[in-house]
Amino acid sequence: MNAVALEARALRKSYDALEVVAGIDFSVAVGECFGLLGPNGAGKTTTLRLCLGLTEPDAGEIRLLGEPVPARAREARARVGVVPQFDSLDPDFSVAENLVVYGRYFGIPERVIRSRIPELLAFSGLAGRADALLPTLSGGMKRRLTLARSLVNDPELLFMDEPTTGLDPQARHLIWERLRQLAQRGKTVVLTTHFMEEAERLCTRVAILDRGTIIALGSPSALIAEHIEPQVLEVHGPGLTAWIAGAGAHAPRQEHVGETLFCYAEDPEPLLAELRGRADLTTIHRPANLEDVFLKLTGRDLRD
Amino acid sequence: MAPLFAPPTLSLRLFAVWGRNWLVWRKLALPSLLANLADPLIVLFGLGYGLGAVLGEMDGMSYFAFLGAGFVCSAAMYAATFESLYSAFSRMHVQRTWEAIVNAPMTLDDVIAGEWAWAATKAVAAGICVLAVVAAFGFVRSPAALAALPVIVLLGLAFAALGLAINALATGYDFFSYYMTVVLTPMLMLSGVFFPVEQLPSGVQVAATLLPLYHGVSIMRPLLSGELAPGWFGHLAVIGAYAMVAFYIAVVLTRRRLLR
Repeated sequence: MNAVALEARALRKSYDALEVVAGIDFSVAVGECFGLLGPNGAGKTTTLRLCLGLTEPDAGEIRLLGEPVPARAREARARVGVVPQFDSLDPDFSVAENLVVYGRYFGIPERVIRSRIPELLAFSGLAGRADALLPTLSGGMKRRLTLARSLVNDPELLFMDEPTTGLDPQARHLIWERLRQLAQRGKTVVLTTHFMEEAERLCTRVAILDRGTIIALGSPSALIAEHIEPQVLEVHGPGLTAWIAGAGAHAPRQEHVGETLFCYAEDPEPLLAELRGRADLTTIHRPANLEDVFLKLTGRDLRD
Repeated sequence: MAPLFAPPTLSLRLFAVWGRNWLVWRKLALPSLLANLADPLIVLFGLGYGLGAVLGEMDGMSYFAFLGAGFVCSAAMYAATFESLYSAFSRMHVQRTWEAIVNAPMTLDDVIAGEWAWAATKAVAAGICVLAVVAAFGFVRSPAALAALPVIVLLGLAFAALGLAINALATGYDFFSYYMTVVLTPMLMLSGVFFPVEQLPSGVQVAATLLPLYHGVSIMRPLLSGELAPGWFGHLAVIGAYAMVAFYIAVVLTRRRLLR
């Protein structure tokens, strides 16, 4: 394995009586894209804040790019970029001014940042927009500008907290594409997301957090192979109740959620044969994915 | 990361925060400066000349000069307060500007220090504008009035720090009404801006000596006539103590709010 970019050991953090991070361990290798997944309130954002040294852990150790955090968090943050969950761009500034002012927080001279602006904007799909005012930008453009802003210091590691929430497919794909390019340049990425498809596409490894602990850790394909049968059928329709009794014979595991029956199987053929030609049932047949793993491990109850 | 009650660490990095606010203000500088000039111009003209004609002299000077000296101080107070309450709250809470800054290699102490210096800068701009109006009407008697500048700076730092402490407790913009109504407006009335403090009942006079604005006015009024107030050092010390203690409290309260 490569050198370690980020390492957390036995990390704990409580707010009042609630232990939000309850003893987690993980390490991220240089060049990896590491996903932190979990339902709302699982401790993802708190974990990121701990890694950045923005809040002190109750117990445990963090090393970010070799620096102990929070003791030398400032020095570590100088080599890190952050795309926060919520828009924090300066609405009073133009696109270019946002980058220049942010660069000053890293002690980068204005002249240096100005010379890098065309490249940063081209990378973020904002070429020619240097003088655009913030209120004229769409949500997707603001997100891309936040990505550009996180790169002003040419960071070795990027933290991205739900980078594509609220974006349309075009903008989402552009962010994904750029993340891949950053990975090719050897940047390490630590990403939180609710979108399992996103994690499956981008992440070399993911950690699934629930109630402050890591309940699964591995590559998306390994997690799917380990936790879920490879094929899934989703069946719904007016004939479902009548059919359910017979389905059990062919599906080793099934889950009845509201109006839908999820059947998980190694070999879906017997089930498919039975369902073929039934007008009162609609069937979707698909390979198992990370979302199935996520829902199996964290449950289907709402978390807010 | 600093422990909650650790003394604030001041670093030159605060100027990156100051510079960010300066760059925003520069875009709106003209209307802002005009308001800083026009407000005292209108009020001083109306009260100084209008009311002054009825009142005659006050404390051995024209009412215009009397009021002018008070307004230099109250303008600094209000400018620092508005910046450290409403504007700082926008940056801290609404725009998440502070959150973005501490993701860079900046500390929350840097941010608060930068905001402190910035709000004091706004106070100095407002104070100088009133001073210019008073001088334009011929009521600044002496070049020694230049010594008013450090007093305005100190007042700005004191009220900026108080505002930042309140800001750290705020739940929304409405929260600031309490501070404005319960603290600042009585302070404006009790500090000798409009009439000599000696007019107040003796108990209230004693209470007035606890107020930073009172000490600002006490030193400013003689200064604009070219005299150094007796006990000037004590007045400055009180304002300075307000600035230091309130800044420490502001830092602790903001750390408690944002570094949890």
